[in-house]
Amino acid sequence: MEKEIERLIESLNPDERAIFPHLKEKTLDKISKSSGLDKIKTLRALQFLNNKHIVKLKASEKKIVDLADNGVVYLRSGLPERRLLDMLSKQKSADIKDIRKACKLSENEVKAAIGVLKKKTMIQLQKEKIILKASISEIRKKNLEEQLIEALPLPLGDLKPEQKLAFENLKSRKNIIQVKRKKQITARLTELGKKVMQEDLTKLKDMIETLTPEMIKTGSWKGKKFRRYDIKSPLPEISGGKRHFVNQAVEYAKKIWLEMGFKEMTSTLCQTSFWNFDALFTAQDHPVRELQDTFYIKDVKGKLPDKNILKEVKKAHESGVKESKGWQYEWREDEAKKVILRTHTTCLSAKTLARLKENKDKQGKFFAIGKCFRNETLDWSHGFEFNQTEGIVIDREANFRHLLGYLHEFFKKMGFEKIRFAPAYFPYTEPSVEISCWNEEKKLWLELGGAGIFRPEVVVPLLGEYIPVLAWGPGFDRMIMNYYQIKDLREMYKNNLTQLRKIKLWLK
Amino acid sequence: MAIVKFPRKQFEKVAGKIDEKMQERIALFGTPLESLNQEEIEIEIFPNRPDLLSLQGYLRSFLAFLGKKTGLKEYKVNKPEKNYEVKIDKSVKDVRPFTACAIINEINFNDENIKEVIDIQEKIHSTFGRNRKKIAIGIYPLEKISLPIRYEARKPSDIKFIPLESNREMTGNQILKQHPTGRNYGYLLKGKPKYPVFADSAGEILSMPPIINSEKTGKITEKTKDVFIECSGFNLEVLKKTLNILVTTFADMGGKIYQMNLKYKNKKEITPNLEPEKMKINLENINKLLGLDLNGKQVKKLLEKMGYNYSLGDNEVQIPAWRTDILHEVDIAEDIAIAYGYDKLIPEIPQIATIGEEDKKEKIKRKISEILTGLKFLEISTYHLLTKQDMKKTNIKPGIQVEDSKTDYKILRPSLFPSISKILSENIDAEYPQKVFEIGEIFEPNEKEETGIKEKTKLGIAITPGNFTELRQILEYLARMLSIKLEIKEEQKKGFIEGRTGKISYKGEEIGIIGEIHPSLLKNWHLKMPLVYLEIELEKILESLVCS
Repeated sequence: MEKEIERLIESLNPDERAIFPHLKEKTLDKISKSSGLDKIKTLRALQFLNNKHIVKLKASEKKIVDLADNGVVYLRSGLPERRLLDMLSKQKSADIKDIRKACKLSENEVKAAIGVLKKKTMIQLQKEKIILKASISEIRKKNLEEQLIEALPLPLGDLKPEQKLAFENLKSRKNIIQVKRKKQITARLTELGKKVMQEDLTKLKDMIETLTPEMIKTGSWKGKKFRRYDIKSPLPEISGGKRHFVNQAVEYAKKIWLEMGFKEMTSTLCQTSFWNFDALFTAQDHPVRELQDTFYIKDVKGKLPDKNILKEVKKAHESGVKESKGWQYEWREDEAKKVILRTHTTCLSAKTLARLKENKDKQGKFFAIGKCFRNETLDWSHGFEFNQTEGIVIDREANFRHLLGYLHEFFKKMGFEKIRFAPAYFPYTEPSVEISCWNEEKKLWLELGGAGIFRPEVVVPLLGEYIPVLAWGPGFDRMIMNYYQIKDLREMYKNNLTQLRKIKLWLK
Repeated sequence: MAIVKFPRKQFEKVAGKIDEKMQERIALFGTPLESLNQEEIEIEIFPNRPDLLSLQGYLRSFLAFLGKKTGLKEYKVNKPEKNYEVKIDKSVKDVRPFTACAIINEINFNDENIKEVIDIQEKIHSTFGRNRKKIAIGIYPLEKISLPIRYEARKPSDIKFIPLESNREMTGNQILKQHPTGRNYGYLLKGKPKYPVFADSAGEILSMPPIINSEKTGKITEKTKDVFIECSGFNLEVLKKTLNILVTTFADMGGKIYQMNLKYKNKKEITPNLEPEKMKINLENINKLLGLDLNGKQVKKLLEKMGYNYSLGDNEVQIPAWRTDILHEVDIAEDIAIAYGYDKLIPEIPQIATIGEEDKKEKIKRKISEILTGLKFLEISTYHLLTKQDMKKTNIKPGIQVEDSKTDYKILRPSLFPSISKILSENIDAEYPQKVFEIGEIFEPNEKEETGIKEKTKLGIAITPGNFTELRQILEYLARMLSIKLEIKEEQKKGFIEGRTGKISYKGEEIGIIGEIHPSLLKNWHLKMPLVYLEIELEKILESLVCS
């Protein structure tokens, strides 16, 4: 035996071996029937043989004539014309109006039965009566239609002429027969298959299929061969448990900040306008505070922090701190009390500064990553929830180049090699900077987010004195979309389980 | 956010060809380039720089930045001529108390620059002017009005004139109700007993700010040579700055600036005043803030590139009278950095050791996620806002809501269940079994909280098809892994199957529920498979684990 064929034969699994002698039957159904293996197993075995080039499978469609709903009933209780004949065989003639009840047929069935028998000249109509014309032997004989429904299912193409006739007759009647399309799979032995066919497969019965604990214990495997596996056959996909891909990215970003020595800040999603806007020197008439940009919560009023901070923030807005002039308007507590869904994580930084006020040592590095909200529509490029990553460095020696240093490092670790810093504007930072990354595909700079050094009008009221505070708060979603090549923002929180199962891991 | 469009030809004539390098300069000047075609260049102007909203204003600053025309640009300001006067009546005090005015002579108007003027006006209105609330600008053809001018407030019924884009005389009330511009901006005057007007010495009304000008006396045409300009609002300083932006733009169009005497009740003002503001700066502070080591000469050169003058002797910066954004030394520092070039600043990480620290509760939340993904669960992440429909399907009454949501999502979720069942209902075509979880915040009203809302971190777990036993095993495994003891007691709850539902307690306090969801509820969500669900509040558990 050629070595190759031997290896091939050794790789046949029990099901493949079981159907092997029956391959000459050609169709899946017949192979299954004659081998005694169920259809699913037969099909799988055929596919394996196909992979091994022993057979070539061909899928085709075949029309099959089968019983429809009424046909199933008639097969059991007889066609209407049979029931009418049964009645007539006893009484030779009958009133049409009596037939329904006597034969237990519907109006339509009676009509059909009469029509059929008349056509076959087995009865004659006389006024309201029908008279039997056929002989007893004629009656006893099963008619073509009856023969056909007993023989079903049959392939449409295989019908004999008389079956074809019966088929045409029954087709026009209601729900007796139907034509189903059926996929048919045929297997043809290849040249290789023919060679294998010539080999003696019975000796393979001795090959070990599954290695059992019993065999290991008794050593019964000795002297036997293990059946070879087809180690390249395609397999159904499986999937495991997984964090949501956005959270995988969040965890990674967290790790970057932790490695760079930052402490995590957390806070609630609902905040007072005071922390979200006023403490960050955002004038009360600033457009970002309008209903159409920010989610205000109905029917709740927030509480303001202690008088001291309040007084200082009010002063910063109205007339400024130190050499600053402020925004020069009347600052109102009512406006600051409004509760909103935070529009940025920068409110966490403001709160952290206020906490540090009491510390002797007013310094530190802090970060946060979290959900923020804006009153937006929902489409491919807009959404009302988004992630932001926030960081602050409070340090008397901190400067603008340090800010660029931290940002550069963070974005590099996020996978953005080519980034650009450009001037920007935020009410609460000065100098301010916008970070963009170069998109090679689109050949343009894409904005990643903003940063800056908190203005004295922010720092002095919260911290009690001016110490440089480097601060940044880039949106995070664009980075995630970039990594996963997601084009539609809605995909981020669609939670399509099939997609969640398939999506690759965050490999950074 | 304001996007301005300038004709490319005009721009290039003065500034040079917009090639790749020029595009880079535009971005590094702090004005992101939005788009560029053969006809136009589109640039974003940040809200702190209304002086860049006109082509003239933009080029004034940008040419300095390019090093072409550096230093403070000087404009000739002429003293008021006879009758160049505006009397401000005390009646405007309660409605729109201030105005700053000027006259520009000898300007050649044509279709193009009339459009430009209207454009600048609208851009300032919609950005810096907060939709005319803070600032409203009026520009009038001088040939149609008789000086001097009065600014006063009158009863709406006593105000009568033909407003722009109308062909009939209307009263103040009618303008607010019937005129399209009146309907748009009417809220700015609504409820006031008197409305402000500018009127000339012939008694003709010029305009009713901040709403609309008169068709007769408040419309510039190609015949106009001289104009009267006024800005009205609530803060005289802001109005003066705005006026300065406008008059210098007109001057750059070829006009001559004339001052006007403003007679307020207790004081006299002369506007416009283009005298630069002065600010002493501390070089050491600025170098420290930027991380640079610039000497006075370098700073002088950089400041001149940003349109300032700087005198080395007394470290004094002369700030252009049209800059509205210089509140503090740090604002000057930023301009120095821009002139220096953000691209030339070298990023640096200071070598100071600090120790990173993950929030302890966040860490435990992460551990819980790890336990569940180890059990082959998929984590989902859903919106914090729900729709009324979601609430109805879950038989929960809508609780806390947001105002004026642009979508149907307007309810802060009181439970994770609606979110999770919604996701399952959207995934009936995905392969089963489906095992999902989410850790997320829910919202409850609570007056004790700073925001009046208590946020709780909850864990929701769902298995479909699944049964009670399966999920209880998971809950118990989770408890073992976290070394906590949870108790389950039988419970009846709407939406769950009786006898297959339990409440979960931790340290004697109820923290959640576990049970098989009732088929009637499954039907609401069109769920076809049995669903077992649990939801627990993590706060207590996190707190005690953090402390242990």
